[in-house]
Amino acid sequence: MSPALLMFLVFIAVTLWITYWAARRSSGASAFFAANRQISGWQNGVAVAGDYMSAASFLGIAGIIAFQGYDGFMYSVGWLVAYLTVLLIVAEPLRNAGKYTMADVLAYRLSPRPVRAMAALSTLTVSTFYMIAQMVGAGALVALLLKETGISYEAAVIGVGILMITYVVFGGMLATTWVQIIKAILLMTGTVLLSVLVLAHFDFSLGKFFHAIAHVTYHENGVPVTKDFLQPGLRFTPPYGALDLISLGLALIFGTAGLPHILIRFYTVPDAKTARISVVWAMALIGSFYIMTTFLGFGAATIVGRDVIAVNGGTNMSAPLLAQALGGDIFFAFVAAIAFATILAVVAGLTISASTSFAHDFYTNVIHHGRARRAGEEVWVARVTAFVVGAVSILIAILLGPTANVAFLVALAFAVAASANLPVIVLSLFWRRFNTSGAVAGLGTGLVASIALILVSPSIMTDDPLFPLENPGIVSIPLGFLGAVLGALLRQEPTAEARFAELLVRANTGLGAERAVGH
Amino acid sequence: MKSTGMDLTPSTGAAPDVASFEQDAVTPPHARTGEEHGAVVDWERVAAMDEFRALVKAKLRFIVPATIFFVVYYFALPVLVGYAPGLMERKVIGVVNLAYLFALSQFFMAWGLAALYLRAAGRFDTMAARLIATLRGQRQEER
Repeated sequence: MSPALLMFLVFIAVTLWITYWAARRSSGASAFFAANRQISGWQNGVAVAGDYMSAASFLGIAGIIAFQGYDGFMYSVGWLVAYLTVLLIVAEPLRNAGKYTMADVLAYRLSPRPVRAMAALSTLTVSTFYMIAQMVGAGALVALLLKETGISYEAAVIGVGILMITYVVFGGMLATTWVQIIKAILLMTGTVLLSVLVLAHFDFSLGKFFHAIAHVTYHENGVPVTKDFLQPGLRFTPPYGALDLISLGLALIFGTAGLPHILIRFYTVPDAKTARISVVWAMALIGSFYIMTTFLGFGAATIVGRDVIAVNGGTNMSAPLLAQALGGDIFFAFVAAIAFATILAVVAGLTISASTSFAHDFYTNVIHHGRARRAGEEVWVARVTAFVVGAVSILIAILLGPTANVAFLVALAFAVAASANLPVIVLSLFWRRFNTSGAVAGLGTGLVASIALILVSPSIMTDDPLFPLENPGIVSIPLGFLGAVLGALLRQEPTAEARFAELLVRANTGLGAERAVGH
Repeated sequence: MKSTGMDLTPSTGAAPDVASFEQDAVTPPHARTGEEHGAVVDWERVAAMDEFRALVKAKLRFIVPATIFFVVYYFALPVLVGYAPGLMERKVIGVVNLAYLFALSQFFMAWGLAALYLRAAGRFDTMAARLIATLRGQRQEER
């Protein structure tokens, strides 16, 4: 048995044991959806980092830096800065005023049914698109990492899908949380080890390291070229490169605070203060990780080289190949297992956010008007949803195949979160005049604008696209805000204005907030 | 010590989806005790209290400038790299150029701002605790 396969099996065994442990401990809605709100500050911070940093971060950004140098590093900055929006604006009011989903805060003073229906649609769009991107990547990656076992793309997708469904259906939020915590610890350990080995390769001299980065040699169309990888301009090229990067930055900065699978993590802690502390923990981890992409990406560029990576699986294999070059087969296996853990933790988070939103927002509050149902029904619906969402994702990922271009699905998920979710969250928390028609119009405009612009972008319309940028944020975010404001101004809604004071007091003081169970 | 009977739920509007003050679950009107019924507090009144308005003002005085600062600081990076490449390619320490150092500084900017917010938020917590204590005191007097 190969060391990589062995480490995959160890990780699977440990996470299944956690799922068993979580399933025995938890019963009831608060346990399934919010781990009884008993996750501590540091635990939730680590879990947020584990929920957020996908394989696109670990393997993708290392690969972009290895191939396109500085531009890849600049790309990674926004993923941390985005957490300032979460910290300053969203996390605490959300924890104070909500219960299980993002829509709890939106529906607070507005007419619940239309708002929740739209919010559930937006949540399911973001979560499933993001998940399909992850699944296609996961299948291709697992097949590549376990090449010697001969596992096929389809088998890898089905395996990842079954595991994520198992975590969520049986272990709920508690199991998901601990899978994310273990993944984040593994990811940080692997990244620190790789960084130290890269530095050791350059005799612990930053001078030597940066000198090597400034003189990277590789072959372009058969001709050897030497480039300074610290100089910008290798990825984001004129005429639209800078604008595309700004547009991506907007989607990151305003989209992260609107990602449903991140937001629901703040319901797992006892109170708003703990939610705040957990964001700071997440920022410490996420920031350290992205700074270390300097060593991962530039290390792969200088030690392994573009030429070798290109013929051994392409950009995504930069970090694993660097591990092999520096630490041999065992270290390669360890890094491969980290990539596997990374994928599983993220898809489990996406699955639980989709099923929570469907069960709590759509089933209970839209279909059944929020009336109390038979005990356990909401959780039962969530479990069925998790199964269905998982099965559909497996199917779509298999139909698309390993070579499908799915990067645009991630851009789309962030664009929808930034253009539909965030404007409505911010306006309902801060603007007294905001109302139901504003929320519905804002969510609708943001959603439609993001999808429409992606459809006519270079990602889909490869020749002669109508919209020149791959990231629609720069247009769709203002449209989302505009839709929300105009929608609100079109109608008067006295009850929405009357309950603004209540939301303001609850969001800012924590009076009446949902409390931890079992204290 | 657990004080009962402080339900800040408004007398109008839909039932809230979250538990009322000092209660573990949403109490439907028919299940409230007489004392709880008598203890309904107007959210508008709390929102109009000087302590509460000072709290919101203090929060906004931190959050608004901080948000403007980090958004400007962050977008300065792609704007300068995209539209002033000559400046950003200038080497500052050995081969390390301004573009790399500016990108690196973003991490420390984010951490620094988070640390400042943590300190300020401690102050907001104290203000909120004082407000809740005032509300409890008023409740005791009314009994």
